[in-house]
Amino acid sequence: MSLFQHLVIFPILIPFFVAVAMLFPRLSNSLKKQRVITVIANILMVVVAFSLLFKVEAQGIQTYVLGDWSAPFGIVLVADLFSVLMVCLSAILGLAVTLYATAGEDRAGAFFYPLIMFQLMGINGAFLTGDAFNLFVFFEVLLIASYSLMVHGGGKQRTQANIHYVFLNLIGSSLFLFGLGTLYGTLGTLNLADMADRIPLLANDELLIAKSGALLLLAVFGLKAAMLPLHFWLPKAYSTVSTPVAALFAIMTKVGIYSIWRVHGVMFGDQAGELANIALPWLWPIALLSIAAGALAALASQSLRVLCSNLVIVSVGTLLVTISLNTVQATAAGIYYLLHSTIACAAMFLLAGVIQQQRGKAEDRFVAARPMSQSGILGFIFALLAIALIGMPPLSGFVGKALILQSVTEASQAMWVFPMILGGGLVALIALSRAGTSLFWRTTGVNTHAIKAHPAQYVAIGLLVAILPLMVIFGGVVSDFTQLAAEQLKGGLTLQQLNEVTK
Amino acid sequence: MELVYAICVGFMSACGIFLMLRGHTFTLVIGLTLLSYAVNLFLFASGGLTIGEPAVLSSSENYADPLPQALVLTAIVIGFAMTAFAVILAMRGRADLGNDHVDGTEPFDRLAEEKS
Repeated sequence: MSLFQHLVIFPILIPFFVAVAMLFPRLSNSLKKQRVITVIANILMVVVAFSLLFKVEAQGIQTYVLGDWSAPFGIVLVADLFSVLMVCLSAILGLAVTLYATAGEDRAGAFFYPLIMFQLMGINGAFLTGDAFNLFVFFEVLLIASYSLMVHGGGKQRTQANIHYVFLNLIGSSLFLFGLGTLYGTLGTLNLADMADRIPLLANDELLIAKSGALLLLAVFGLKAAMLPLHFWLPKAYSTVSTPVAALFAIMTKVGIYSIWRVHGVMFGDQAGELANIALPWLWPIALLSIAAGALAALASQSLRVLCSNLVIVSVGTLLVTISLNTVQATAAGIYYLLHSTIACAAMFLLAGVIQQQRGKAEDRFVAARPMSQSGILGFIFALLAIALIGMPPLSGFVGKALILQSVTEASQAMWVFPMILGGGLVALIALSRAGTSLFWRTTGVNTHAIKAHPAQYVAIGLLVAILPLMVIFGGVVSDFTQLAAEQLKGGLTLQQLNEVTK
Repeated sequence: MELVYAICVGFMSACGIFLMLRGHTFTLVIGLTLLSYAVNLFLFASGGLTIGEPAVLSSSENYADPLPQALVLTAIVIGFAMTAFAVILAMRGRADLGNDHVDGTEPFDRLAEEKS
């Protein structure tokens, strides 16, 4: 057996072993060694993720049967194009975040790098697993790492935001288990492919129970994804945590979106018989209202990081719209927009950290303060990211939104989707230009201590910013990938197909 | 048996949810613990309740579903770790913020104000 056959499990194993190794005294005492090791591990993960991507594109869906127990009985990892694209995204994000942290933010608290690696392990695991209970386990892995990362650096505000975040998510985990128990009770399996097979065969008296289980899961994933009535924790949590953590958290809401796509978009999707598309009547209003609520809150934001958190909510709403549209084309557009918005939001969080460092006591609040020592270059990056987040040409935000709008076919849907998405863009334009003018132009006095950003911070931000134009220049390639991913996702996967792939 | 079991799970979840609606971290932790007990019992029953049946290992005709037992074991371990974290966080919040309210400040209580 060559090493290449085990490629699917590498995105989970690499961060796990690196994190555990860094807990041992020889490494845990030396931050320098930890920095080197984490950056190397993250580069390795990018390489692994992309080689997995090309392998899946060339050979179709890859599976990994843990312990060689075949599918409905053992746990399988399933790497289809959608999940591998998400793994690539998390690898790139992980690399940028660790690079940024080497500039000194890792000194603020203990065990920063092991926690980051455990979080990446949980995220990758959640993307790759093909088993509902295993999904729960990986959710818990990424959550417990995020609980500790959130208080990294300490402080009253972080403790307070963390209390909300932790308790909400603990309640969410209990509900997740209730939902899984209900579904197992009716379907008798927890393998995602097998569950999808059995949902159309449910007896009439079990329909309602399975439906309640599925909707419980929607609430749980919605809490993770910060969709409308469950989004109140997000702005406070994301705007108080330390900068690299905030950037990494940009992908956490997407884990929720990913799960909604898998479970409610496909498993309870078109082929689910009586229970087909049960989540859609809920998702439509929630998606549109999430955009509206996020946009309103973005207008009222008083600091760059709160503004950026609210734009995360807008992007979650936009993604929910593409889930609700429920076509292959909309799914492909949604996946493209997902990649773009995660990278753009993460880059904006990193930039906000640098701006905060250079403005002293004013931090990133929209008040007049002394000018930043590197306002030229920071302003340029800010403008680029603003263009991307608003969705103006020539960056990837425009392509993403154009693809989404293009995928709306029915007039009744277009009536709601067009004004919401375009209006959301307009509001983002207003909020971000107000942010830019007050951060960069409303200055008083002279900057006495010239704090310069660390080169590593620029490399990290530059890495993310460079991807945005690349996603346009190689737009054809990327949208081919997302199209194929959407076809694989929407096509569904039966247990028989899964076992055939495994052989 | 099913009825008694269902009532127990339901009552325990109701108590847990009631306690979680309070605004203090202490009651929240107790409520979460009750809810996680309830969910463990619920998972255990999700494969159907049987008495006196062996697990899948022996060669008898009827056997108990072994999967919920494995699920419950995982859920207990995770729930235990999470509760431990929540307790430590609640204590940290009490030390940092000066009270154990989830919002960090006691809400204004008009009745208590009038009495004093």
